[in-house]
Amino acid sequence: MKLLIKGGTVVDPVAGKIEEKDVFIVDGKIARAGAHVNTAGAEVLDASGKLVVPGLIDMHVHLREPGFEARETIYTGTRAAARGGFTSVACMPNTSPVADNGAVISFIKACGLKGAVNVYPIGAITRGSKGEELAEMGDMKEAGAVAFSDDGMPVMNAGLMRRALQYAGMLGMVVISHCEDKNLSAGGVMHEGYVSTMLGLKGIPASAEEVMVARDILLAEETGSRVHIAHVSTAGSVRLIREAKARGVRVTAEVAPHHFTLTDEAVLGYDTSTKVNPPLRSAGDVAAVREGLADGTIDVIATDHAPHTEEEKDVEYDLAPFGMVGLETAVGLVWTELVAAGVLTPLQAVVKMTLNPARVLGIPKGTLEPGADADITIIDPDLSEPVDPARFASKGRNTPFRGRLLKGLPWATIVGGRVVMQDRVIR
Amino acid sequence: MGLIGKDLIGLRDMPAERIKLILDTAVPMKEIIRRQIKKVPTLRGRTVVTVFYEASTRTRTSFELAAKYLSADTVTIAAAASSVSKGESLKDTARTIAAMGADAVVLRHPMAGAAELLARTVDAAVINAGDGAHEHPSQALLDLFTVREKKGRLEGLKVAIIGDIMHSRVARSDIWGFTRMGAEVRLAGPATLLPPGLEKMGARVCSSVEEALMDADVVIVLRIQLERQQQGLFPGLREYARLFGINRERLRLAAPGAVVMHPGPMNRGIEISPEVADGLQSAINEQVNNGVAVRMALLYLLTGGGCRK
Ligand SMILES: [Zn+2]
Repeated sequence: MKLLIKGGTVVDPVAGKIEEKDVFIVDGKIARAGAHVNTAGAEVLDASGKLVVPGLIDMHVHLREPGFEARETIYTGTRAAARGGFTSVACMPNTSPVADNGAVISFIKACGLKGAVNVYPIGAITRGSKGEELAEMGDMKEAGAVAFSDDGMPVMNAGLMRRALQYAGMLGMVVISHCEDKNLSAGGVMHEGYVSTMLGLKGIPASAEEVMVARDILLAEETGSRVHIAHVSTAGSVRLIREAKARGVRVTAEVAPHHFTLTDEAVLGYDTSTKVNPPLRSAGDVAAVREGLADGTIDVIATDHAPHTEEEKDVEYDLAPFGMVGLETAVGLVWTELVAAGVLTPLQAVVKMTLNPARVLGIPKGTLEPGADADITIIDPDLSEPVDPARFASKGRNTPFRGRLLKGLPWATIVGGRVVMQDRVIR
Repeated sequence: MGLIGKDLIGLRDMPAERIKLILDTAVPMKEIIRRQIKKVPTLRGRTVVTVFYEASTRTRTSFELAAKYLSADTVTIAAAASSVSKGESLKDTARTIAAMGADAVVLRHPMAGAAELLARTVDAAVINAGDGAHEHPSQALLDLFTVREKKGRLEGLKVAIIGDIMHSRVARSDIWGFTRMGAEVRLAGPATLLPPGLEKMGARVCSSVEEALMDADVVIVLRIQLERQQQGLFPGLREYARLFGINRERLRLAAPGAVVMHPGPMNRGIEISPEVADGLQSAINEQVNNGVAVRMALLYLLTGGGCRK
């Protein structure tokens, strides 16, 4: 099994270099990268004019299996990932049952083996994600969990969060925090501000996120453990994380494409696909998040892919569940909104979607070094396409980007040396 | 498509000329109500459906009378607030409305955006009779009508709205309506019940009820809901009455002959004292009467102004 990716521009996040060269893959591993490699007997993929990058990693997705298979399954979710240019995904444990023990983690791992891309389960911090007692993190680590999170729910009890950080730290694992003070966000369905007042919808203030970001930074600082702040959405959070990093706190952070693209004005008209948690924020928050991406405060771009059925979303705004799909629009949004706009260089964008998430999770991915798994994404920066949810591989169609023209799209996805997506079509 | 568009969802985007058209149309409608036989054949053969997911006898009766005076048939779809949580109900309602071939639907719903959602799915004209904390345009239009009748104009007037602005759809529609017609709107209430962004809507947020009342030509008192105290949004009713209740002494701060209004139902002795509610400056009873006239105008204008679709 030999594959030659020929004539592409290789973006190497480890070396920090962009150069034209061929990449040669043998038996699912990267054999070498360079010019004039021996191509005897190899399948050839012409990548001229395209960017060849390590397989993209989405460290924050909801695959809904077990329990909510009408919304998504590991099979459909990984196909959506492949179509979106991702070769690895880390899935959140808010399934039914909650992935709070070794058995459920093993089940997800096993299903993942039949999926289109690599699946890394994230285990719950607390039993049932109820925020009452620690889940068996050691067992879950052994079964293959790569991180811990009660995503969807905050750990409201600061004492419990402190113990979670201590215990996960002992295991060398990261805790991914969904920062939301439930007392401040109670009943809210969108960002609190002029638009929520105008629409008569209950607002979620920026402070609901920020007080928890501040708390978790202090706890990480005190325990010396690693905390990763999920889906940062406010200017205050960016500032807190920037200051903490300057002090040397072991904090990392991610942002979702919708939070650097849309403002709360997208909610005008009550389109329920705009209902996400944390909510779409103000223009000032969007600008701050972009600044945080540019100056390195925000390490990772992750989608928070959250599929829902059409029936669930086709209701009054208050009744609709939170979440939008993200896997199949992420690269296009990163290229259109960040790279083309000059917020990030192509190399910076690639680092935030490959090397950095791999480092946060501690998985051996995000590199094109010889011997590494041949997970590769080929991005065509000139390819443009309007978003068409009907073509999604995901079961979820809940996106506010319908019809939006994106330029810079994944052209091929290669997992373990196997081409799983080419020319926008899953093989 | 009626003379003022397909639906009436709110006043936020309604141009001043259109508001004026509605108010002008309500004048002859009020004449009809004054007649001995309160019935004209204008909307004969038309069907008006009322759907109330929240109990509100006065608003529903007002719309039903308006429809009857114009000879329209009225149908009520029973809708319980409890069924809302099942999510299917509004879509079921839309299907029923379509099946009945309704010309206009009057919707009261506890959630913001419900009227817009319905308007997108049915061909009938949708009139928002209050959706959550969003808008209640027919109430604001009757407020405008009442003030214009009393003061002869709207432009340049100072309008004070007092109370729970946060949860009030009437306040939002009144802010859009009065400012659009050239009046100045001042707001006062407990800080915990004043949402952000009100200035951007064109209103002035006052730090005390006294400041809002100073030289006001119109005082709109909002109903305070007892459950807001249970939610901890303000400390108590006694204190509320003391700090924000409109009584005779406070009303003296307003301009002489200021008009006092209340969308009802009132908590007498809490947000408004009985002597103000029943006093000479009160236009609260006329509001009810004018409500029917304004709603007749709305039904007339939305269902094509008498000519068949
Ligand atoms: Zn979350």
